[in-house]
Amino acid sequence: MTKITLGKAINAGLRAAMEKDPKVVVMGEDIGKLGGVFRVTEGLQKDFGEDRVIDTPLAESGIIGTAVGLALRGYRPVCEIQFDGFVFPAYDQIINQVAKMHYRSEGRIKMPVVIRIPYGGGIGAVEHHSESPETLFAHVPGLKVVSCGDPVDAYWMIQQAISSDDPVVFFEPKRRYHEKAELDESVPPVQPLHQAKVVREGTDATLFCYGPMVKTCLQAAEAAVEDGRNLEVVDLRTIAPLDLATIFASVKKTRRALVVHEAPLSLGTGSEIAARVTEECFYHLEAPVLRVTGYDTPYPPSRMEDDYLPDLDRVLDGVDRVMEY
Amino acid sequence: MSESVPGPAPEVFAPHEAPVSPPQASEEVEFVQLLTPEGERVEHPDYSFDLDDDAIKGFYRDMVLVRRIDSEATALQRQGELGLWASLLGQEAAQIGSGRALNDRDMVFPTYREHGVAWCQGVDPLRLLGLFRGVDQGGWDPKDNNFHLYTIVIGAQTLHATGYAMGQQRDHAIGDAENGEATIAYFGDGASSQGDVNEAFIWSSVFNAPVVFFCQNNQWAISEPIDRQTRIPLYQRAAGFGFPGVRVDGNDVLATYAVTQQALKRAREGSGPSLIEAYTYRMGAHTTSDDPTKYRLNEDLEHWKLKDPIERVHAYLARHAGVDHDFFDQVEADADKIAAELRDGCLALPDPVLTDFFKHVYVEETPQLAEQRDQFAAYAASFEGEG
Ligand SMILES: Cc1ncc(C[n+]2csc(CCOP(=O)(O)OP(=O)(O)O)c2C)c(N)n1
Ligand SMILES: [Mg+2]
Repeated sequence: MTKITLGKAINAGLRAAMEKDPKVVVMGEDIGKLGGVFRVTEGLQKDFGEDRVIDTPLAESGIIGTAVGLALRGYRPVCEIQFDGFVFPAYDQIINQVAKMHYRSEGRIKMPVVIRIPYGGGIGAVEHHSESPETLFAHVPGLKVVSCGDPVDAYWMIQQAISSDDPVVFFEPKRRYHEKAELDESVPPVQPLHQAKVVREGTDATLFCYGPMVKTCLQAAEAAVEDGRNLEVVDLRTIAPLDLATIFASVKKTRRALVVHEAPLSLGTGSEIAARVTEECFYHLEAPVLRVTGYDTPYPPSRMEDDYLPDLDRVLDGVDRVMEY
Repeated sequence: MSESVPGPAPEVFAPHEAPVSPPQASEEVEFVQLLTPEGERVEHPDYSFDLDDDAIKGFYRDMVLVRRIDSEATALQRQGELGLWASLLGQEAAQIGSGRALNDRDMVFPTYREHGVAWCQGVDPLRLLGLFRGVDQGGWDPKDNNFHLYTIVIGAQTLHATGYAMGQQRDHAIGDAENGEATIAYFGDGASSQGDVNEAFIWSSVFNAPVVFFCQNNQWAISEPIDRQTRIPLYQRAAGFGFPGVRVDGNDVLATYAVTQQALKRAREGSGPSLIEAYTYRMGAHTTSDDPTKYRLNEDLEHWKLKDPIERVHAYLARHAGVDHDFFDQVEADADKIAAELRDGCLALPDPVLTDFFKHVYVEETPQLAEQRDQFAAYAASFEGEG
């Protein structure tokens, strides 16, 4: 057992995947000597060489486009996009090529490409460095989208994503890179990649969250105890596909649901959950499904991000509202 | 061993062992230089600097001032007053030389590091800090100073510059080398790999747009050295796109001025785009978040210190232009004053409120967004008085 940060857990997960399968290659900007701007790939180039840990020219479309070619040749590329806001030069390659190749080839071609994206706010960064574009990928048939919320999941989920034969967009909560947890590599993961997990059992309402908001929601749930409320917290882990079974089971138990994410409100992950829960759990609901999210504006300058991002108070405010019905 | 005897399989070509790149460094590739690192003026067959020593004194002052503004901003970041700063240290000559070649109708599209060009265009240095302090996303009006907002997404602005230049062309604002208009696009060596930059080259070439591509090759894109972006000197790429390219000593303000002047004239008179590769060096970290000891050698830095863009002008002015202490002292005093004003101004920047940042998402606000703004305002007000 070792105490490990979320960033180091992904590093360890990448290392394990590379040791297991020589076809795994890691590519991106500044990931070699520097080890990535968040040091997630630190030491990998030294140990696996420049053929497997590739510092690419500065072009995201090139990173993903060549990853497609490498995948066609039997490799399993793991691409790092330096920051959320810089994935868009690669958007065409991701949407039109990575996502559709299996479909277009009538199943003959597989695209085992992982696209790692450090995402979300809360780090006081300049523009384009704090965004949450997960729905822009989750809406695209052919892509699977996940986000890890703690170091243990980070370690296993990155490996599961790499061994997936479908392309996976892997969102890493950058402001949680330094969160620590005990990791025992010898204990295999409980959940498959596309399963949610109940991280806190409760009875009065369910907070659905993922990535950076898992910690926020757990804190909110602890704080709500003072108000005599026993909240359940579900770490969704997978956004596309959603693990509807776990979501429905929780709602049927608590009868109230609140979805929390940093991404803007409209047509977000919360919208889909609200629709599904309404369809499936209508008679179990005591209240409409509510959402606590970023606003429908571009991510603001960092001095205002604390107001923009859902925090403990805003989650509790949402809980008040969902309990009022 | 005879040829017919089967030998061992030919050695497999390991992809990372690419053939040795042709030389890139200034020692081996010609560039335009008019003032040596020692401060001696030299001739060049194609380019000359035809302003007087007073102009050179002006360039000197500009460079000292922007270096001081830059170091003050770095200090402000260290003290927690800015979230980040991207230093221009070492690139003063490239920026002042090119910036001073612009006329007052030329348009500038910067990256995030063009504080020296901003200075030349008359942008208040305090306005540059807003983005880095996190109070705005570029607090100046591009129309006031013909200086577009900083662009952080690498390379995107080169296409904007090209389109703007196509507008100048359609407005018949070109045709005269002095009084016509041109557009200048700044970008880095790393950016040269982006699709956008290559598309900008194609567009400008095909439409003969009046745009000057000014690449500051500071040798590094964060941790990646220049040979991760190119196997040939960058200026040579222009030929393939169908317009002239030139490498200039980016630490020589006289040469940078002369080369940019000529490229701008070419654009303004309607002869089309050109590429300038200003060969320079990023003396500092990529930004205040970066730690260059992880990827580059200190010797490089020491080597480049000998080519400092400001020192050589100081040497020239003192030795050959009869400029005395009074002038240099006055420049230092001016720099201190500007730095102090910048600091005071930064600390006095008002903290923004989020309600204001719902205003400019759309020209015509949507009802949904108006509702969200009101909800946010009511929610924020519920905390008032709680301290
Ligand atoms: C599209 C995009 N990808 C990645 C980044 C992250 N990034 C910021 S600066 C930089 C390096 C830029 O190098 P260069 O173009 O040489 O300019 P310099 O910083 O050296 O002035 C990178 C990779 C970005 N801003 N935009
Ligand atoms: Mg550079």
